[in-house]
Amino acid sequence: MTTRDIVFAAVGAITALSALLSVTTKHVVHSALWLLVSLGSLAGCYLVLGQELVGLVQLLVYVGAIVVLVLFALMLTRAPIGPHAEIDTPAWQRVVGALLGAATTVLLAALLLPLFSGVTVELDGGAPGGTPAIAQAVFGTWVWPFELLSVLLLVALIGAFAVSRLVLRSEDETVTARGEVRR
Amino acid sequence: MSPWLEAVVRAVAVLAAFLSLPLLIGQTEHKVMAHMQGRLGPMYAGGFHGWAQLVADGVKFVQKEDILPARADRGVFRLAPAVALIPYLVALSVIPLSPTVVGATVDASVVLVLAVIGVGIIGTLMAGWASANKYSLLGGMRAAAQLVSYELPMVLAVASVALAAGTLSLVGIAEAWSPWWLLWQAPGAFVFLVAALAELQRPPFDMPVADSEIVFGPYTEYSGLRFAFFLLAEYAGIVVMSLLFAVLFLGGWAGPFEAWLGWLWTLLKGFAVAVLMIWMRVSWPRMREDQLQRLAWVWLVPIALLQLALTAVGVVMTS
Repeated sequence: MTTRDIVFAAVGAITALSALLSVTTKHVVHSALWLLVSLGSLAGCYLVLGQELVGLVQLLVYVGAIVVLVLFALMLTRAPIGPHAEIDTPAWQRVVGALLGAATTVLLAALLLPLFSGVTVELDGGAPGGTPAIAQAVFGTWVWPFELLSVLLLVALIGAFAVSRLVLRSEDETVTARGEVRR
Repeated sequence: MSPWLEAVVRAVAVLAAFLSLPLLIGQTEHKVMAHMQGRLGPMYAGGFHGWAQLVADGVKFVQKEDILPARADRGVFRLAPAVALIPYLVALSVIPLSPTVVGATVDASVVLVLAVIGVGIIGTLMAGWASANKYSLLGGMRAAAQLVSYELPMVLAVASVALAAGTLSLVGIAEAWSPWWLLWQAPGAFVFLVAALAELQRPPFDMPVADSEIVFGPYTEYSGLRFAFFLLAEYAGIVVMSLLFAVLFLGGWAGPFEAWLGWLWTLLKGFAVAVLMIWMRVSWPRMREDQLQRLAWVWLVPIALLQLALTAVGVVMTS
């Protein structure tokens, strides 16, 4: 056991524990805040593994933007302080959720553990490659999947704009139609 | 020097800067604002031109009663000031004053600074929600909407500089700086300055804490030391953003005798930017929420994207 192993185990345990808490807590906003801890400590995991850039981007995108959006969306609802019976999930949903979660975990573990069980990476002499290596991989080897993903996100964005515009316009038309009827 | 001792010395130095520079900015704000408005500002505390005014304020804050609203979410309410304050300490520790005067050397330091500034926002949101106060909640929502909008142009402006320098390290960016960046990166610098003001929720972007509408926004229920922490976070934010602007767009330590006086040049440039931020506070009225969003999406994002394209063309042409 090196120091890195111990730190990794600790950060990983925090990640898993806060993820569990975020799905089991009865307070809606606490759930979002535990999600924040989980995503933040996942960034810590990347840092311990020597992938500085991945960890920082994880922090920038997930903690700085995604969780802020989640919190913002929660503020638009009537997110109460303390547990609330009205927005609690029934028992059967919890059971199904737990089963699905367990099944996904088993599936991922069955897939990833055999793939990477024998792989060792030398980390003590600095990260392999670092930022330039990641840039090479993303914009060289994997440039097409990367571009495809960005186009997918762009399509989703344009779709969201179109939906909001269409809804607005149809409401305007009904208003003018009513006005004409009145006249 | 042993590595542990060096780490302790560096940490203490960063902490000292973190506790003293915001006070300097605060005092400057008192005096600059006062003189711009034809007043004198604090004159009594400490004797010479009221230099100890903020120390006196700090003593006052410590003595105040620590109030916890009955319906508040206690844990989150207590934690919020720390979440707002600590990210700026982390950010300050990686901003270099000169290639050697820097708290901690990190390869992708510019990404680190942007990431932790994004985390600081969470403290405001936690305060806004946990206070169980409608004004706080409204302020928190405004803060979230504003910060999400302005983070994008800011990241784009910084990406342009990083692209021009070809590195993600703040030291590397400042070393790659040359005077004609003042022209080449001017749109990006403008976008960064405006977005930084908005991220700090300083006037004219102080809609989240608009005192004439929602008391003091997310910080309404706070008092005593916790409130002082939020104020300290705001001024530490000004320090971080000003120094970041100086390093990214003004060349940091570039200047006469930079081998010995580099750190002083960075501090002076950062101080000039901070005074500019104070000046803007005195000059402009508060922007309305829709004007604020419009500025971000209709002006700043396109300008930042254009700057990015301009930088890319410049880099390709010169390489």
